[in-house]
Amino acid sequence: MPEHNFLVVEDSPTMRQLISFALKRIPGSKIVEASDGIDALKKLSTQKFDIILTDINMPIMDGLKLVSMVRNDPVHKTIPIIIITTEGADEDRKRGLALGANAYIPKPIQTAELLNVVNQILGGQG
Amino acid sequence: MDKESASISKKVEEFLQVFKKGEEFTHELLKENEKLRYRVAQFEEVSKFSDRDGTYKIHSLEDRIKFLEEENKTLVDRYREVEEENKDFANRYVEVEAENNNLANLYVASYQLHSTLDFSESLKIILEIVMNLIGAEEFSIMMLDEKTNELTIVAQEGMGQEPRPSVKLGEGTIGAAAKRGEAFYREGDTTDLRGVDYLHPLTVIPLKIKEHVIGVIVIYKLLVQKQAFSNVDYELFTMLAGHAATALFSSKLYSQSERKLTTIQSFLDLLKEK
Repeated sequence: MPEHNFLVVEDSPTMRQLISFALKRIPGSKIVEASDGIDALKKLSTQKFDIILTDINMPIMDGLKLVSMVRNDPVHKTIPIIIITTEGADEDRKRGLALGANAYIPKPIQTAELLNVVNQILGGQG
Repeated sequence: MDKESASISKKVEEFLQVFKKGEEFTHELLKENEKLRYRVAQFEEVSKFSDRDGTYKIHSLEDRIKFLEEENKTLVDRYREVEEENKDFANRYVEVEAENNNLANLYVASYQLHSTLDFSESLKIILEIVMNLIGAEEFSIMMLDEKTNELTIVAQEGMGQEPRPSVKLGEGTIGAAAKRGEAFYREGDTTDLRGVDYLHPLTVIPLKIKEHVIGVIVIYKLLVQKQAFSNVDYELFTMLAGHAATALFSSKLYSQSERKLTTIQSFLDLLKEK
């Protein structure tokens, strides 16, 4: 069974648990949680990830800054990023995708939609 | 004379020979005729038999076609039934999947609500649930002061810094819902759900421990991408009404008892010193 490593970046423990809960339904999934952008960068430096799922509004370092930093990092720039956020306006979506995110899911999340997007990205990697 | 009689006997002999040949030919013809009659009789017999066999075969094939047609019809009907069953299973699967996801939301919300005994953390978790799981943009949590019978905002999201006045129990939409102990949902179409009116909120969820109301969750505005409340939202509201109330009440009691314990401990330490 192939192993899929996910990095869930969320300041809300409720959302972290909910996203992890959904991702656990993908066979071979391994989930690492980070509470903000800085925490995520630390974890990225020690482990390889197949997908990063990040919120936008977080303390210390927000999700958009994280996306921008990952895309400018020669080691991690190819990791697919999914933004999961309460910011559902079109301009927010465009901004997130322009920075280099692969998908943009507005909250409240639908598990089926999240899994669909994740599976599409994993399928594309294969 | 002799010459004449010899010629006559020669002619008689020739005639007899011709007659014999005619007799032989007639015999041959009769034999041939017999043979032909026999062959005709044989053909007639074969022909009669062939007709019977052909008819039998046609009947047999017609029966087989009928049987196969019936079998085909049965199979087509069964196929349709299986297809219907399949559709039904697919719909059931989607329903079960949705139910599963709803239960996951409820489980996570409930798990988080009871994960702390810190009052401010409990408030934060309720705010997270209402924002992330329900999709509210502007909302508040109000607690009831039993001495003054007033509902005061203890936590809010998206409402700015402007101070909001307390609400008397029984007054206005919020006070009335709290007094009745029943959830209030503003009537109107789904597009109306995003309007902001702090006096007439979209939803008021009384936080109850059994029948005792300790506060309310008030939602004024939904996120731009949230079109309407879904079934799981109502389930979450019901869950919040009970679990959030218990979480807030127990964490408040715990904080108070912690403070009292610290005071008593300090008092005991003082006595020991003396």
